[in-house]
Amino acid sequence: MARDLAHLSDEALVALVARSDEAALAELYDRFGRVAYGLALRIVRDPALAEDVVQEAFLSVWRSAGRFVAERAKASTWLLTLVHRRAVDLVRKEEPRRGEPLETAPQATGDATDDEAWLRLRRAQVQEALRRLPDQQREALELAYYGGFTQSELADRLGQPLGTIKSRMFSGLARLREILTEMEEPWTTRPSES
Amino acid sequence: MDHETVRELTAAFALDALDTNEEREFEDHLAHCEQCREEVAVFQEVAALLAYDVETPTPAPTLRERMLEQARSERPNVVPLRRRWAVPAAATLAAVAACAAIGLGIWAASLSSRLDRERTASAQQAKVIPISGAEGSLLVLPSGQATLVVSMLGRAPDGKTYEAWVIEGGKPKPAGTFPGGEGPVAVALTRPVAAGAVVAVTLEPGPMAQPTGKPLFSATV
Repeated sequence: MARDLAHLSDEALVALVARSDEAALAELYDRFGRVAYGLALRIVRDPALAEDVVQEAFLSVWRSAGRFVAERAKASTWLLTLVHRRAVDLVRKEEPRRGEPLETAPQATGDATDDEAWLRLRRAQVQEALRRLPDQQREALELAYYGGFTQSELADRLGQPLGTIKSRMFSGLARLREILTEMEEPWTTRPSES
Repeated sequence: MDHETVRELTAAFALDALDTNEEREFEDHLAHCEQCREEVAVFQEVAALLAYDVETPTPAPTLRERMLEQARSERPNVVPLRRRWAVPAAATLAAVAACAAIGLGIWAASLSSRLDRERTASAQQAKVIPISGAEGSLLVLPSGQATLVVSMLGRAPDGKTYEAWVIEGGKPKPAGTFPGGEGPVAVALTRPVAAGAVVAVTLEPGPMAQPTGKPLFSATV
């Protein structure tokens, strides 16, 4: 790579992508490709479909980076929201056995690089935060986010009124935010930026 | 969209848990409402962190190549796209008031972080008046436009509706009916309120010209 992009913020990379900078797109992929793939795989539960989801999400970034407003959202939020949205769209069309464990859970591979360690740390923190939620709120968040269920589907599945499901999701997400804020760090940076 | 339903949908929207129709309606609302857009942004940021609770196997190297190859073939990337949340020049006051209500009252109550307190302190010039007889507040914009926000009101019984009244000089005038529902309710009053007015809510058999029920709760402007 001709230039060193590693020191740029995620948001700066998106700004470069908006100017059709391919190297910036590649750098974004290197930063978020793994977590994007992991998320897509957890939702669509099929490696080939997950790859499609990731490819489409990054191409969305490529096509619409000019619309990204850094003041409104973090680049990572935007990107992962795109991945999630595509995965959920797909899983709603395909209707596989959502919300059930993968038969062969993929193992994290690779050596203990900084990246690997950073992803593990983050995962541990999100897991800890989820663990501190009331069970019903956690259940609603997990089924919605990882299972791709709509609020109405969740109400049916859990045999609860829609209003209850809405409340659980709202309170759960609000509480999760508080917990993660209390835990602080390292939500803003990753090793390659420092 | 009915403002009563807006508040809790911010979370469902951030989780991609709305169906197509619900999502379209919610996006229509967002187009008018900066405060809800901010709140959605906050929730989306939290929701995106859930992405990290996954196994992270390394994807096939061909994925990176394929994606970049496709991007290259699409250059220059000048695909015009509709601005998703373009804000119309004149957002309706009712929508603004409802969002102010959500931002000031409910959001502050449910999220107590410093950020939200600061936002609450600085937000809008709406007057926030506590309600007596119920948990909630009345928000009054300088124009007199008012929104009633009540938490945990419950749905009106079958055949009944809640009706809001603006009482000035001892004379109640109807200010809109609403069904209530689970969770917090935000109701834009259909008539402006002036200083000294009392806003009250009764349970009525339908839209009435004069109240027949007892006031359930009230607020003095």
